Amino acid sequence: MTAALNPKFSFEAYVVGAANRLAVTAGRTVAENPGSAYNPLFIYSGSGLGKTHLLMAIGHAAKKLAPGLNVEYLTLDEYVEAFHAAIAAGQGDAFRRRFQSVDILLVDDVQFLTNRKEMQAELLRLSEALQAAGHQIVLASDRPPAEIADLDERLISRFSGGLVVDMGIPDYETRVAILRRKAEERATSFQSGVLETVAGVEFTNVRELMGALNRLIAFQAVNDAPITEASARQVLGLPAVTEPGAPAEPAAPAPPPDEFSVFLSDVTATVGRAVEAWRARVSEAILRWEGEGYRTKRLEALLAQETPGAVDQVIAAFAKDVERLKALAAEVQGLDSPSAGDSVFRDPDRMAEAEAVAAKVREGAAPPPGPSAAFPLAQFAAGPSNEVALAEVREILANPGKKYNPLVLVGAGGTGKTHLLNAIGLELAARPRAVVACLSTQVFVDELIAAIEGDRVDWWRSRYRRATALLLDDVHLLAGKDRTQEELFNLFNHFQDKERQLVFTAPVPPAELEGIEERIKTRLAGGLAITLAEPDRVVRRAALDRILGRADGPGPDGALLDYLADRPAASIRALTADVQRVRDAAAAQAQAMTAGLARSVLEGEPAPRRRTSGFRTSGIVVSSAGGVRSREKMVWEWPVAADRMIEDLR
Amino acid sequence: MSLVNFTSREITCKIVYYGPGRSGKTTNLHYIYGRVPEVRRGRMVSLATQTDRTLFFDFLPIDLGSISGFTTRFQLYTVPGQVYYNATRRLVLQGADGVVFVADSQGRQLDENLESLQNLHANLLDQGVDVRAMPLVLQYNKQDLPKELVLTPAELDDALNFRGVPSYPADALHGTGVFESLKGISELVLKRLAQGAPA
Repeated sequence: MTAALNPKFSFEAYVVGAANRLAVTAGRTVAENPGSAYNPLFIYSGSGLGKTHLLMAIGHAAKKLAPGLNVEYLTLDEYVEAFHAAIAAGQGDAFRRRFQSVDILLVDDVQFLTNRKEMQAELLRLSEALQAAGHQIVLASDRPPAEIADLDERLISRFSGGLVVDMGIPDYETRVAILRRKAEERATSFQSGVLETVAGVEFTNVRELMGALNRLIAFQAVNDAPITEASARQVLGLPAVTEPGAPAEPAAPAPPPDEFSVFLSDVTATVGRAVEAWRARVSEAILRWEGEGYRTKRLEALLAQETPGAVDQVIAAFAKDVERLKALAAEVQGLDSPSAGDSVFRDPDRMAEAEAVAAKVREGAAPPPGPSAAFPLAQFAAGPSNEVALAEVREILANPGKKYNPLVLVGAGGTGKTHLLNAIGLELAARPRAVVACLSTQVFVDELIAAIEGDRVDWWRSRYRRATALLLDDVHLLAGKDRTQEELFNLFNHFQDKERQLVFTAPVPPAELEGIEERIKTRLAGGLAITLAEPDRVVRRAALDRILGRADGPGPDGALLDYLADRPAASIRALTADVQRVRDAAAAQAQAMTAGLARSVLEGEPAPRRRTSGFRTSGIVVSSAGGVRSREKMVWEWPVAADRMIEDLR
Repeated sequence: MSLVNFTSREITCKIVYYGPGRSGKTTNLHYIYGRVPEVRRGRMVSLATQTDRTLFFDFLPIDLGSISGFTTRFQLYTVPGQVYYNATRRLVLQGADGVVFVADSQGRQLDENLESLQNLHANLLDQGVDVRAMPLVLQYNKQDLPKELVLTPAELDDALNFRGVPSYPADALHGTGVFESLKGISELVLKRLAQGAPA
């Protein structure tokens, strides 16, 4: 099926002239470095100018250099025939595999691809596969790729992607050389001037030249007398020369230039490789970085220069700059993704600007609000009422993001949710490279509004996305804030994907939250909700120790402590308010804080004014004396009952 | 001498044929001269004594035409082989881009070969040229002589080629190995271009 390589068609037998030197040099280069030099190599010339010879010579030379190579020569027609036969036999895949394992594929007469869509597709696939595997393709045609009618654009660009060389009609000297060699091959000798006369005819291809030579050889053999210049003209039907005796062309009786031609084409190949190697390196670098989207002006400038100079250093420096840009862009991406699209990060000639932009972004990317240092975990009053909650918190701290995510701290106002939230935040922030966002929902909402106003929502978003934990106090305040819920939803997913800890506080279990989108509620409920109960006596006692101990000198009165601890309190906050009242009374009456004073203050007349505590509040304030103090909760204007009744009767 | 001139886009290779007296250096040049088309070659300058031995030196310029946009010229020189012309040898060797060492394959000439090779190294060293960096090929000439007179290329490799450079058996009179040697040295010389090290 596949034509074997004709052993007669080798480089040694190839007569190199000006018209085909480039093609032969390229062919030799390809044979020496298959798959790496020019791939594909596309050779075109009129018929009979040595395409087939060159293809086979490439095959021979490559085989000689590396006998293990799998070299396949075939004409397009043979390829088509083989393909059809394989398809008919249901062996299409085997056929493809066979050709994909070829190291050097030499395809002749590819101009016959015209009007063969399916073969074009097949060849495209094959050439893609071969090129990807680093295998060499050499194609020959009687016209350049772009002129092959009806050829797929992709094939044209693929063929043109390697090297396209043409071979012209051999010049006079080459024709003489060809004739001499052929005559030698046939062990025939002619009188001097005969071959030169034949060469003087401008045959359009070598086959016609051979035809003429054959006629002369035959004529000489039949006549048994050496053919003369004049008879040669006669045989070939050429007009007799006007000045007989003088050769048509100033025949150079130089020795055959064969050895020198071979030498010349070898040197040409070597020089091409050596001299322009640096240009190839630069072009390669340009292609590579351009492909990655970087400006390559600096490298292009190199190509304009005449000497290789320090191209390798420049390329290396360029590569280093690109690496730096990549690092900067990656960093900026994390801080402020829209800025990473800035063109300075694609231009190694503007390194300083890129550094400046990165620095600006770095500056602008302040970390999100962190936990308050006023609430260390050690100060959290522990007792039987919150034992379970604390144990869960410790488990989360041991394994943040993995154990329970999210954690929702549920409890009435003043039960220590905020304290515990901040305490968790502090503990998480103590981990290496931790960025803990810990803030109240109100601040979260306000920040988003400011970001929307300042048109830097992306920046705001990336700021939080960078955090390794997100702790949000009073999540119920999100009610009705759709945009914030949307943002939180996205953040939520981001954090869960990355196994980063989420902690929320809410006054009611997640499922009972109102005004919060269902998708957030279910996500909150999907983690762990722990309830902080009203403080028990142990907790109250511990809290009192802390409250009294930090403001009222050494050793608070034991009786006072016991009295206050025994009083039921809905929350630590209420307890704090009680202590404050006692403290105020003591200050007003200029006496020490004692259990008696406390009793009179707390159980006698209610204090004249209500102290607002320094804490952030999350709900309505319930007085320790009982009864609702909030004006909003009072009904001040009752409807007139009579009006309503008439209305109803109508 | 600058090997590659990127500004004027010229490549000039100075190749020196070195070796003991009567080893066939000039024969090499003559053969090349005969194969190079007239338009490509300059006048071969040969300063020889009456007895046909090279007294001064041979010089053959070859114009390879434009290669990759570079006007490429080869200048082939031979040195006088006789021991007492060392000053001339050093002069010719100056600025050489590559050396073809033409050794006489005859067994009885082995000592002369070694002496000449050492002389080459000494002269290069004198000119501050790193012997290991200088492109060099060996040509074992006169392989056409009767077997009993000559050493085989393998034997000569053992005796002379301690740097492991390319070596070519040759018969300069009939042309065998002449262009192979020239091609070998050209490749070595031109390869240095890629490393950007003009000699």
